[in-house]
Amino acid sequence: MNKLRFQTFTIAFITGLTLSSAPVQAAGDNHSRNLAASCAACHGTDGHSVAGTPVLAGMDKKLFVTQMKDFKSGARTGTVMNNHAKGYSDEEFEKMADFFAAQKR
Amino acid sequence: MSLDRRDFLKLGAAGIVVGVFPGCATSAGEIVRKNGQRVVIVGGGFGGATAAKYIRMWGEEKIEVVLVERNTQFISCPMSNTVLGGSRTINDLTYNYDTLKKKYGVKLVHGEVTAIDPQKQTVILADGYLSYDRLIVAPGVDFMFDQIEGLNARVAGESLPHAWKAGAQTVMLKKQIESMRDGGVFALSIPKAPYRCPPGPYERACQVAFYLKNNKPKSKVLILDANPDITSKKGLFTAAWKELYPGMVEYRANAAVMKVDVAGRIVKTEFEDVKADVLNIIPPMKAGMVANMAGLVGAESRWCAVDFLSYESKLQKNIHVIGDSVLAALPKSGHMATSHAKVCAAAIIELMQGRQPDANPSIANTCYSMVSNNEAMHVAHVYRFNAEKKEMIAAEGGGVSAARSEIEGTVANYWLKNVLADVLL
Ligand SMILES: Cc1cc2nc3c(=O)[nH]c(=O)nc-3n(C[C@H](O)[C@H](O)[C@H](O)COP(=O)(O)OP(=O)(O)OC[C@H]3O[C@@H](n4cnc5c(N)ncnc54)[C@H](O)[C@@H]3O)c2cc1C
Ligand code: HEC
Repeated sequence: MNKLRFQTFTIAFITGLTLSSAPVQAAGDNHSRNLAASCAACHGTDGHSVAGTPVLAGMDKKLFVTQMKDFKSGARTGTVMNNHAKGYSDEEFEKMADFFAAQKR
Repeated sequence: MSLDRRDFLKLGAAGIVVGVFPGCATSAGEIVRKNGQRVVIVGGGFGGATAAKYIRMWGEEKIEVVLVERNTQFISCPMSNTVLGGSRTINDLTYNYDTLKKKYGVKLVHGEVTAIDPQKQTVILADGYLSYDRLIVAPGVDFMFDQIEGLNARVAGESLPHAWKAGAQTVMLKKQIESMRDGGVFALSIPKAPYRCPPGPYERACQVAFYLKNNKPKSKVLILDANPDITSKKGLFTAAWKELYPGMVEYRANAAVMKVDVAGRIVKTEFEDVKADVLNIIPPMKAGMVANMAGLVGAESRWCAVDFLSYESKLQKNIHVIGDSVLAALPKSGHMATSHAKVCAAAIIELMQGRQPDANPSIANTCYSMVSNNEAMHVAHVYRFNAEKKEMIAAEGGGVSAARSEIEGTVANYWLKNVLADVLL
């Protein structure tokens, strides 16, 4: 169980959300989808950019993760991406990468 | 106030109700017949329209979505200051709801919501009602005209446009600036935070200065700010004023406008009377009126407290609030409203399907400010849910541009295209 999942579980337990009618947690892939949704304002719905910002839909997973890590570390400087990439963990980059790689170009 | 069904029948019978929806006008009943699980959304702006699209898209079209909006067109506030600068027209910022209807199957009702009945779970319009399983309230802001003596909605609409909702008032303000004499004063008053779009008023000062510099170079832009200091991108804005518009832009802090003489175009602050040629008073703001009617605004605030996992109101069950109306330490922006909308849409789908909302949401915000016809700068942050505080907290690493630039001006236009497509297409 990774750290993020563990946090999720504890929060749900503490707030008693899982106790009442035993509803299940949001499906795991929905969390990746939700994370990726915060990129849409600049990269388009599901990464389908309709303007000059790069298209993320269908991007190779390794290329995606490398670029995000470079924005986070500062190895690559962009106009705005450094401010966004620094807000996420490396595990989250993996999740977003899976989501975008699965979108048709 | 909430009218009950009998009141409606009476109104209908008396013939007061004007029908907008053919076939429904006389019945004063359910405006759109309910088909299974339904979400009604009040307000088709940045927040509401995004929520409508995403509930349909992520919910695999299983949930019926009825979107109620008073306007037939969607006019973007973002970039509307550039209409004043002259690099855009209001038509460039005007969109419609056709794709939401056709591609996503959102049911659109054009009309004004006059009341909400949280007990009966109905939304009330002039010619009938809509029942809901869950309701999203996304009305944006309304203005507290009564805080400024002499100002009211009529005055703003007829002669002193705030232009803080893009549309006719933006065009009126543009015309007033165009007919101002060279050497005149454009005075801009900024309300105490929180208000919609923290950097927006300072961006407006830049855009008006851009127009004046090129057309009436002896004129001045005077900023009367109710806040103790510039509330957003301070260094970047002061540099822009100094370097791009030297001697033109004057800034005064702690200068809340208390009274206005409409005919004389004179405003009174605590310290002085200021006479202007064009007067642009941005009034203090509160959650959209409809949120007040539905009992979503607590006594201690002018905004709506919500649970940040679902945006469900802390005061009314099954009613969610998103966008500018939300009480939060988050900027009130279009990008932010779309971020709220997606968390809310995802949560509603999970809840309607018997699951729990994502327990670890993160959202993003970026606000670009155009300081001339082609240069911009940004402020950007990621916000993450903090389980102890139950609030959204800015992650490390956010911040502002190192400097304004043309490349950011270009990217800001990319942002506008993509965000509008994300909301409406
Ligand atoms: C000049 C200016 C510049 C801006 N620039 C930017 C920017 O660059 N970037 C950015 O991110 N944000 C910007 N903003 C802020 C942005 O416009 C708002 O934060 C955003 O619109 C909020 O979305 P919302 O859904 O809460 O409200 P809105 O978009 O205002 O939508 C609310 C909708 O509800 C409808 N409505 C309200 N009450 C009723 C009712 N009773 N019945 C029926 N319909 C109703 C209204 O007609 C409206 O369409 C700017 C704002 C201004 C004024
Ligand atoms: C405010 C607009 C904005 C937001 C929000 C945004 N991006 Fe970007 N993105 C850009 C811009 C602009 C670039 C080009 C580099 C730069 O200027 O920072 C870029 C570049 C990228 C690149 C490099 C693509 C390439 O091939 O060069 C990746 C990957 C990326 N973004 C991923 C993301 C992800 C993932 C998110 C959401 C977590 C995101 N972006 C959110 C604007 C944005």
